[in-house]
Amino acid sequence: MGTDRRAFLKQTGLILVLSGAAAQAWDFVLAGEPEKAPTYKLLDHWWAMAMDIRKCIGCGNCVRACKAENGVLLEPDCFRTWVERYHVHPDDPGHPEVDSPNGGYDGFPEKYKAGDGSKNFFVPKMCNHCAHSPCVQVCPVGATFESPDGVVLVDKTYCLGCRYCVQACPYGCRYIDPRTETVDKCSLCYHRITKGLTTACCEVCPMGARKLGDLKDPKDPIHDFLKDHMIHVLKPEMATGAKAYYNGLDGSVR
Amino acid sequence: MESLLHSVQGYIYPDELQLQWSILIVLYPFITGLVAGAFILASLERVFNVEAVKPTYRLALLTALAFMIVAPLPLQLHLGHPERSFEMYLTPHTTSAMAMFGFVYLWYLMVVLVLEIWLDFRKDIVLMARASTGLKRMLYRAMALGSGNISERSLQIDDKVGKFITIVGIPSAILLHGYVGFIFGSVKANPWWSSALMPVVFIFSAMVSGIALVMLMYQFVSWYRRTAVDMPCLDTIARYLLYAFIIDFSLEMLDLVHRIYEADESFKTLDFMVHTKLYFSQIILQIIAGTLLPIGLLALVQIVKLTEQARRAIYGAAGLLTLVGIFAMRWNVVIGGQLFSKSLLGYTTYKMGLWSREGLLPAIILLILPFVILYILVQLLPPWDKARDAEVPRAQG
Amino acid sequence: MREWLRDREHMVRMGILFAGALAVFLVVRAVMVPKDFGTYGHFRTGALADNMAHPLVFAGRQACGDCHDDIVASRKGSKHEQIGCEACHGALEAHASAGDPSTLKPKLPDGKTICLVCHKENVAKPAGFPQIDPKDHGDGGPCTSCHNPHHPEIS
Repeated sequence: MGTDRRAFLKQTGLILVLSGAAAQAWDFVLAGEPEKAPTYKLLDHWWAMAMDIRKCIGCGNCVRACKAENGVLLEPDCFRTWVERYHVHPDDPGHPEVDSPNGGYDGFPEKYKAGDGSKNFFVPKMCNHCAHSPCVQVCPVGATFESPDGVVLVDKTYCLGCRYCVQACPYGCRYIDPRTETVDKCSLCYHRITKGLTTACCEVCPMGARKLGDLKDPKDPIHDFLKDHMIHVLKPEMATGAKAYYNGLDGSVR
Repeated sequence: MESLLHSVQGYIYPDELQLQWSILIVLYPFITGLVAGAFILASLERVFNVEAVKPTYRLALLTALAFMIVAPLPLQLHLGHPERSFEMYLTPHTTSAMAMFGFVYLWYLMVVLVLEIWLDFRKDIVLMARASTGLKRMLYRAMALGSGNISERSLQIDDKVGKFITIVGIPSAILLHGYVGFIFGSVKANPWWSSALMPVVFIFSAMVSGIALVMLMYQFVSWYRRTAVDMPCLDTIARYLLYAFIIDFSLEMLDLVHRIYEADESFKTLDFMVHTKLYFSQIILQIIAGTLLPIGLLALVQIVKLTEQARRAIYGAAGLLTLVGIFAMRWNVVIGGQLFSKSLLGYTTYKMGLWSREGLLPAIILLILPFVILYILVQLLPPWDKARDAEVPRAQG
Repeated sequence: MREWLRDREHMVRMGILFAGALAVFLVVRAVMVPKDFGTYGHFRTGALADNMAHPLVFAGRQACGDCHDDIVASRKGSKHEQIGCEACHGALEAHASAGDPSTLKPKLPDGKTICLVCHKENVAKPAGFPQIDPKDHGDGGPCTSCHNPHHPEIS
């Protein structure tokens, strides 16, 4: 009789303790705190990009690296990032000639003659990971969202493929992946930056024209970048809270 | 893909090569527009006591229901994952106008249309249950929810509740189609769409298309059944069509004049597009054939005294032109908004498939389907009865 | 009560039908909404983990330095010092994380073409950037015959 009661109490105690532990573990699971990256604290970061037009040489390394890193299709209309070449006549700055042959994946064959009085430069483009993203605003189900650390991501298992977000993005950086029939876009190499690595495009940029920045890190060089240059974002009139900050962006850039 | 690349003019962002919203997305606002418009016409009699249009009341409701049943189909065909569309009911994102769809649709279908039709037809349903046998009898009894009470008092209650539902139905119809306009009008990234006028234009063009549809349906059905057309009814419908058209046209002109006057950075790009890629669908089909011509014809009837035969011919022509014009308007909004690049520096082309999931043939099938459903509905719930027919005075030459 | 109900029973039945449908909907909803939805915002929290779970393809320059510190040292002070190894040598995560990296030795970039990716002259490249016309520069041989890619300056 005595042993039975003791056994019963022990059993109950075990169950209570284990369920307490299980409850705690369940909390972690619910909070999405991944055991996969146990040292990454979501709320300690606010990611942005520093793009320096004056440094971009249009080599296309970033475009190729992004497709390789993220398994993006080589189709001519599936780009998470691309590079544009601008050819601006000084007397007609409102009408630049722009091209992006296969997004810059194969570089830029020379098209123009030196010394014709024009202004020419490259502009790398990507998702601006907007703080007030219009694409997140219009998603009917919450399949695209801004993470607490400032990255606009897609939930591929939840996306309906309605394409409303593609319509709502002012920068044209979203596309439909025909393999999953869901939307796809730059994820700021979330799988890399949460492990302390930089994005694939920044990793291979030979000029440092693209640099990942963490606005919540006081020691991050992006703060000096923003302070020491004349900074512009794309389409500021749309008030998207774009976080891809450009140095040297010409007024003709669209 | 290669041919698409070659038909690009100027510069487009690389991801903009293919259009995302196809003819199916043109079809959806066209269909819900017909639903909303047909319903508003029906409500004219019920709520605003416009007695003249009474002969079309039930037909308008059944037409609205037939189109409403088909309405979600183009959307489902378009989605990358239609099996996930239920997520709109599970986790609707309240900042997205599109998230409203599931609830507005369900509300309108079940509460406004089905309930109202049920209440209006209930007496006939019970009578038909009593008069039929076997499977048909079971069906009618189910439709009557097993209740056989058609006493005066119960019918009075039906009428009161029905009137209330119609009153609620009017803002519901405005919401059903207005939110579609807002889906486009609230996209700041797209200068062709972004406008406060968009929901209003959509609503009024919906009314125009719905009224035109009922007008055509009534003429067709009368011809088919070899019954007399109630001319005062038809004349009244045509007048309301004219009024709605004038408002709709004024709104669209306001938008156009506003754009031309302000001439913001998007103007040149859009203007070029309208004069080239959209010339046939916008200038010829929507404006000239689809708006000015029908307005002219309908206005003519108000000014000049014409014979019944002439009026019926004009109404038929005007009705058809109107439907073509309103379809063209949806086309110009949806497709037009995607033909130009958001860089405002170039254009792409819309390549519509034939047999593909979002191609022309599925679209045509989806346009025919509501009429098939309407035929079935009309067999089940005849919108006319001999007693009511007898009320209609014979038309005067 | 019976009086009141008699002429309204069809309404009551319809009402019950609607209430029933609503109840079914609420139950289905309670079951089907993902349990981790909404913790940080209007999204499924698990999507964060999904996005973190992609495999690496590029190793990152830190990984190279762990074994090839001699190369890293040789690049000190050169104009190419800040360039990531994989910018020229391609994606190397498979090589870096292999049990025996020598089994997955990356192919050496072609000395004739790799340099031109950046250095072939183009009107759109920034003015101060070293660019050459391969027809006018050198003797047509590979760039590596005169330039060490890890320390390209010719003294």
